[in-house]
Amino acid sequence: MITHYGYSNGSGEYYIVIDAEKCIGCTKCVVQCPQSALELVTLLIDLEDKTVAAVTEQHRRAIKYTCSPCKPESGKAPCVLACAEKAIWCVWNPR
Amino acid sequence: MKETPKKDDVEYWRWQEYRRVLSDKKWNNKDIITAGVDVGSVGSKAVIMLDDEVYSWGIMRTGSNSPESAKKALSWAMEGTGLRLNDLKYIVGTGYGRVNVPMANKAITEIACHAKGANYIWGPSVRTVLDVGGQDIKAIHCDETGRVTSFLMNDKCAAGTGRGMEVFADLLKIPIEEIGEFSLKVDEEPPPVSCTCVAFAKTEAMGFLRKGWSKEKVLAAYTHAMAIRMGNLVKRVGLEREFVITGGQSKNIGIVTRIEKALGVKCLPMPNWRESGLDPMVAGAIGAALFAKALYEKAQKS
Repeated sequence: MITHYGYSNGSGEYYIVIDAEKCIGCTKCVVQCPQSALELVTLLIDLEDKTVAAVTEQHRRAIKYTCSPCKPESGKAPCVLACAEKAIWCVWNPR
Repeated sequence: MKETPKKDDVEYWRWQEYRRVLSDKKWNNKDIITAGVDVGSVGSKAVIMLDDEVYSWGIMRTGSNSPESAKKALSWAMEGTGLRLNDLKYIVGTGYGRVNVPMANKAITEIACHAKGANYIWGPSVRTVLDVGGQDIKAIHCDETGRVTSFLMNDKCAAGTGRGMEVFADLLKIPIEEIGEFSLKVDEEPPPVSCTCVAFAKTEAMGFLRKGWSKEKVLAAYTHAMAIRMGNLVKRVGLEREFVITGGQSKNIGIVTRIEKALGVKCLPMPNWRESGLDPMVAGAIGAALFAKALYEKAQKS
């Protein structure tokens, strides 16, 4: 299950995307995030509870401002680089 | 001091609550009876299922107290059926207020439940589900089993949601149930409003009315802007032809036709819910009840 955390509005499209099937809940991205915008949550996948990374509720609605210091458009945000499973990426299209 | 008399106190936004028991079915304790309770920001929905079939459901407005709304919706779905709370083997809570469903055995995100419910209502061909709720919009891509493959949720603003429509119903004094039809009564589709934010759109709408635009035209311009916005969300998760709309706004024909136009695809035909008893508004609660059955069976095995 691929989750898009973020939003699109008049100023562009801003999402941090996490693939819960690839994510192993290792917390590397959580630790690397300079904004403390990531956490572990429990999701029900194929009737099993699985612990995976997610963007905190607080940061979802302000993702454009939270994440822009890491330059998500470069593809080299610390969370993305930290993930060995390629389970996290960014969709960043400012207008 | 003199006051102008209060005129009508019609609440145009107020939508009808309703319930349904599929009367040709009888329940007994041999069946696996489960329930799904979907507490949304605007509506609370409860579905009772016998094995894999929907038995009854109820839709009510969510009050300020969501545990209370959850209880009320569930007892409304059970009313007159002779069912009691302890006849229900497993209850799953979902929706915005899912953590506030006191009798639930488990809470599951509404995303998974909507995909499952849409799969149940329209069948395994459904790939894209757009849920337009009271306060947020969810675009979901799923596989043939109703398992979510990709989704996004926009709850940052109320534009295009049921709440946004309620605001416009009140502003233009049109009953909420008629707002879709009304928005289609224009000879030519006006350009979309420039700002979709409900608060600002209201100001913009007032400006148009002052300029002499008809209510229909103002509503069409607003609905048009909403549809474009929702269409973009759907494109982001991946649009496939087998496309459906769930949630309260699935009944807003003005929104539905404009989304179809924006995406260039037709929605799968809506089930005749008066006959089949399957209302697209209870898709999330149906999904929750299906998960309840699966979780109950899993618990029995282990």
